Amino acid sequence: MPASYFDVDGTLVTTNLVHPTVFYMLNQPTPMHSLAKLGRALVKAPWMAMAELQDRRLFNELLFSSFDGVSEDRLVALAEEAFAKVLKPAIYGKARDLVKCSLDKGHEVVLISGALDFLMQRLAEHLGATGIIANRLEVKDGFATGKLLRPVVAGPEKARLIREHAHARGHDLDECFAYSDSYSDVPMLSVVGYPAAVNPDRKLKLLAQAYHWPILHLAA
Amino acid sequence: MSHPCVVTLDSRSAPRVLFSGDQLVEVDLPTGTRVLYAKPPLEPLKDVDAAIRYAINHPYNSEPLYAKLRPGMKVTIAVDDISLPLPPMKRPDIRERVLTIVLDLLSDYGVDDVEIIIATSVHRRMKDWEVRHIVGDRIFNAYWPKKLYNHDAENLANMKHIGTTDVGEEVELNKRAVDSDLVIYVNLNLVPMDGGHKSVSVGLCGYRSLRAHHNPRVMRDCYSYMDPKSSALHTSVERMGRLANKKLNVFTIETTINNRMFDRPLEFLARNEDDLSAGEKSALRALRFTLSKVPQPARQAIFQRVPSPYGVTGVFAGETEAVHEHTLKRSFDQYLVPVTGQADILITGIPYISPYNVNSFLNPLLVQVMANGYMFNLYRGAPMLKKGGTMIILHPCTDLFDNEHHAPYIEFVHRLLPETRDAMELHKRYEKKFSENPAYIEMYRFGHAYHPTHPFFMWYWGEAGRQHIGRMIVVGADNEYIPQLLGWETARTMDEALRMAKQSAPPTPEIMALHSPPIFMADMTA
Repeated sequence: MPASYFDVDGTLVTTNLVHPTVFYMLNQPTPMHSLAKLGRALVKAPWMAMAELQDRRLFNELLFSSFDGVSEDRLVALAEEAFAKVLKPAIYGKARDLVKCSLDKGHEVVLISGALDFLMQRLAEHLGATGIIANRLEVKDGFATGKLLRPVVAGPEKARLIREHAHARGHDLDECFAYSDSYSDVPMLSVVGYPAAVNPDRKLKLLAQAYHWPILHLAA
Repeated sequence: MSHPCVVTLDSRSAPRVLFSGDQLVEVDLPTGTRVLYAKPPLEPLKDVDAAIRYAINHPYNSEPLYAKLRPGMKVTIAVDDISLPLPPMKRPDIRERVLTIVLDLLSDYGVDDVEIIIATSVHRRMKDWEVRHIVGDRIFNAYWPKKLYNHDAENLANMKHIGTTDVGEEVELNKRAVDSDLVIYVNLNLVPMDGGHKSVSVGLCGYRSLRAHHNPRVMRDCYSYMDPKSSALHTSVERMGRLANKKLNVFTIETTINNRMFDRPLEFLARNEDDLSAGEKSALRALRFTLSKVPQPARQAIFQRVPSPYGVTGVFAGETEAVHEHTLKRSFDQYLVPVTGQADILITGIPYISPYNVNSFLNPLLVQVMANGYMFNLYRGAPMLKKGGTMIILHPCTDLFDNEHHAPYIEFVHRLLPETRDAMELHKRYEKKFSENPAYIEMYRFGHAYHPTHPFFMWYWGEAGRQHIGRMIVVGADNEYIPQLLGWETARTMDEALRMAKQSAPPTPEIMALHSPPIFMADMTA
């Protein structure tokens, strides 16, 4: 049985990692807490912008440091609302068809994303995906530390995680599919036999055309 | 005495000008070569709208269309897609004229549950402007996209299995059509291969039905595709169509057109080079010069963007088989050129267009289907080429694909053909896998790509030719890799190709050349 690995942000949903994070910041116990979180995030914004250009892993770590001090209860309690208000409306209509088609053809469908696991779990359940590979926050004494547990899901690491997952589940990578919108996911696309560019950015589109990878437009 | 469309070259004959993709190439063919030309276009009908009205009011083997109508009934109109005719027809397309009259009639009889489906089968979805070209502005604006849309063979919830023929062929059709009180099929018949039962039972079906006949076993048993009586493909399609017609209330409207592919400024391209006036010769030279200097996209635009001034030669309506008999007769009237004696060497140019690359590039797999499939099969009776003979084609065989329309073709050519060219092997090992590729299915359903199984069908389409032809030599290929993948030899010039072909031919070989387009068929006597 082959597996289909789906990047999420920009591929299946219109949003990116920042949107749900901002939702959490805006939904702190008090407005003052929210303001403080937002203020700290704004201070870090230039660093995040630089990190995004240099290293996606570093960007993820900086972004999710905003969760520092948020209680585990709150993370879980808000996850349902964050999914319903931020992620669910952002799912591309045709993304559901693509996931459903993969499931119908007997594929194991795995969402692989730099987003946080408690949100990805809900998205997976909603789409019918069978598994997730996502980032996990470190939690100590019931509160998030703002650090990510290793391995951090981003860039080339996604390729290694897919290889590991396929090996553990007995999938032949040559028979597996991968879908992404971003040039930063070329390593992940390159390890499977059937890569596809979805709503690709300019660089990925050029690469996909050169290598004759299928180009899908789920947003259209 | 041979037919005027069969010209035997002598020492004074002018060089022939043949298509090589979107270029025109001048070739000097040996004395004694028979060159086959298309018949002049048949005289078109003077009043097409009157002919349409007459046909639907005086149908064959059926009550008139108006007598089938009652208020509140559910009607589906299915229409041939843009793969016909080639190149597309000048507006108004005959389908627009038929639809206009039929829709007015439906409206007069209080039938308002009407949907129009473009019967694409596993062809690519037509784009909105292509649909507009076929149905016209008024119908497009009134019906698109809710009540005028492309068939989707992969929307399995929208397909309905209606039965199995006595030899096990499964018939699954578009659910809307199956559930309708009346299905009206509006056909445009370009060649005798089209129309008849093929319209509904192929145009509105999916892979589950297509695989019954679009497979190498059936394709090998066709002599030829253009002669439905001798084609196993059509025998299968007819069985399925008869079953469909038992379950559905089908009213067929078929139309035939003449072969006026080239509008006045390019009309000379269809004519014997010896008969061209000085002005036409100059125009031909100028055209060849221009084509040789402009880049490929411009050449494509010159030919593909100019619609053809086809004339409508017949409109027939009623019960499918009775209608198609008349259609075939009119079609053969236009295309059949009587020829006696098969050739040892058959020469043909491969033009820039096929039914599967309207508004895109003729990729290598389609070059193959044009050579082994279409050009080879343009006969009734015996093949034009003797068994084991050599076919010489002209085409650059450029390794170029349209990423949007022909995505699955690329993998087929570059990943599968290096493994095997054996159609049975490809069918057995890879077809099912392609048919289940979610990315390709997505591109077929929501993009404008051909179905993932379509490249296989294109390869099978060449199967009868591959089984018959001894050697295929391509002149003017811009690379060696693609011809090798296709199992072809290459030559730089026609002289070199003829020298190569003569090595495996009898001492004084019969040489025949096809001057096509325009389309014609050889009515062959061996």
